Amino acid sequence: MSTVDAHVRSTPGVGGAGGPSSRSRWQRLRGELSLWRPLDLIGVAAAWAVGLLLIVVAAALVLYMGFRGIQYLSLDMLISRPQAGAEQHDTGGILDPMVGTLLIILLATAIALPLAVGTALWIVEYGRPRWLAKIVESAIEVIAGAPSIAIAIFGLAIFQLPMMSWASFSAADGGGVFGRSFIAAGTVMSLIALPSIFTTTREALQSVPRHVREASYGLGKTRWATIRRVLLPTVRPDIATGTALGMGRIAGDTAIIVLLLGATIQLQAGSEIPLVGTFQGTGSTLTSYIYNNSPTGEGNAPEKAYAAAFVLMLMIIGLNMLVSLIGRRRAGNDLPR
Amino acid sequence: MSDRSAERLLGIPAVLVVLVIIAMIVFIAIEAWPSLKHNGLAWFGSSADVDAEIGEMVNAGSDAPASAYELRAWPLVYATALTTILAVAIGTVTSVLAAIFVVHLAPPRLAAVITPVVRLLAAVPSVIYGLIGILVLVPFVNNHLITEEQRESVAYVIPLTGPGLLVSVVLLTLMITPIMIALIIDALRAVPRGWREGALALGVTSWRAIVSVSVRAIRPAIVAAAVLASARALGEAIMLSMVSGSKGFSPQPWDGLIFLFEPLRPLAATIAEQAEGIQAPALRTSVYAMALMLLLSSLFLSVSGSLIKRTLRLGTAR
Repeated sequence: MSTVDAHVRSTPGVGGAGGPSSRSRWQRLRGELSLWRPLDLIGVAAAWAVGLLLIVVAAALVLYMGFRGIQYLSLDMLISRPQAGAEQHDTGGILDPMVGTLLIILLATAIALPLAVGTALWIVEYGRPRWLAKIVESAIEVIAGAPSIAIAIFGLAIFQLPMMSWASFSAADGGGVFGRSFIAAGTVMSLIALPSIFTTTREALQSVPRHVREASYGLGKTRWATIRRVLLPTVRPDIATGTALGMGRIAGDTAIIVLLLGATIQLQAGSEIPLVGTFQGTGSTLTSYIYNNSPTGEGNAPEKAYAAAFVLMLMIIGLNMLVSLIGRRRAGNDLPR
Repeated sequence: MSDRSAERLLGIPAVLVVLVIIAMIVFIAIEAWPSLKHNGLAWFGSSADVDAEIGEMVNAGSDAPASAYELRAWPLVYATALTTILAVAIGTVTSVLAAIFVVHLAPPRLAAVITPVVRLLAAVPSVIYGLIGILVLVPFVNNHLITEEQRESVAYVIPLTGPGLLVSVVLLTLMITPIMIALIIDALRAVPRGWREGALALGVTSWRAIVSVSVRAIRPAIVAAAVLASARALGEAIMLSMVSGSKGFSPQPWDGLIFLFEPLRPLAATIAEQAEGIQAPALRTSVYAMALMLLLSSLFLSVSGSLIKRTLRLGTAR
């Protein structure tokens, strides 16, 4: 091939579609790269390597967990309760941890959702006095940045106060309050979900154009009516996104569960009252089950830990897909923050 | 409902959130006070064996003598700082490269794959990273990376069994990069196209244009991402308690390669492991003192991180 030919082909638009074009593009790239400094080439190569590595790591993680999950998980495990046992196959299933995770998610979301949405509405729609609004915003940033282990140990201090004895067991001889129960863990866990619900809701509210509110006022609606009839319906998908993100964080948090749920293998009611007793009682979630059954924990049943981790992964991936499903209708990117 | 009462109703949760934060700092500080008062600044000092001190606190039981309150937490503080700094340093480089790849280099189809990948990596619970660490990475390090000579050379000080600095930092980096990538991608996308095109028009190669114009313009965002990520890395308890080897030991860089395999235990992991025996008053106040250190430093980091982020938003890059 003559050099003139190569030159013509490398001109954009001349090469046409298909093989010749991609070949000439490759040649052009090679031509350009030969002029580059070695350091720049290393930079480009490193960026490609890191980008591809991310995909490989994520794929390996998902495939490995999937492989182990299918290997060790059986239908029987999903519907039987965990038992104490010396051998791995004696330790029963993961029904109680799954129920525990769901209970915690329900309880924590039920507390966090009104708190976060209410706070976001107040900040955007009222936000007076201004200094208080600023303090509230930084308080939420502090919660988002605080280590969950510190939040957990704060919860322990609160729920071991004598006046909190209704939330968990107390020692029979009038000793200290145990301070560990579903109520304790769920309440403290709501702080974990709060920032993501708050942030998505606030950003959505801020992106509602001013004239939408003015149109509503113009029709004679009050601020409160505008919030209920106009703003809340508009930002509902964003609240849903934030809630799903928050649920994912709740399902994945281990520190709060380890400190505040008492880590009993089965759900153990704290009193005789049917439903309330369960919430006053202790139990485990998938995360604490994995933690306790890993080689560093007390149970040391890695097969069971893999099975539980697989279920937890499915849950997290499911919540993530929910986020992107809702996110498709929203503008902007949904990368974690 | 009238407007006035609606404002009050919505103001309640807002004020509640602030009260919770204040209560958190106050409660932890009150519980931490006896330990800090007893040890003073020597709290940060080092002693022969921090694990023995903690063991003594557990054994001292409910009416502990004053000597049980003694704690020299340097190995734990050092382990926290070491894992955080290493993970954030590696994480910053990788996430800048990854963000450049996503925004400027990757073919659109590949870039579309990375967004969910990053989101997934951010969403994987720390306990699963810990599980994979202890069941896959730790045996690999133990069987293939640590040589017998290395094991013997430090056998009289510390047994090398796999868990330690290397696995901790690798997993910690993996856990914090997604957050950093997300922030840096946002910033890179916000750099006006014209700036880079100006550089290209001057005959600079596209990589040079990216590095000298775009990356330079988003330096505050990179700093903010690193600061926020270190707040996250600082508080990671569960994963590190699983793969760090859980020994109150300070790995020294001048030990050579062995440095990477030496076990350690950061503050957060210590809290998670000792929370069971928290009824013993000496242990209780020590654990709360550790929590106070973590809380204050992460508070400082997240506040300064968001301050940097805020100046960026007002700055020229948008």
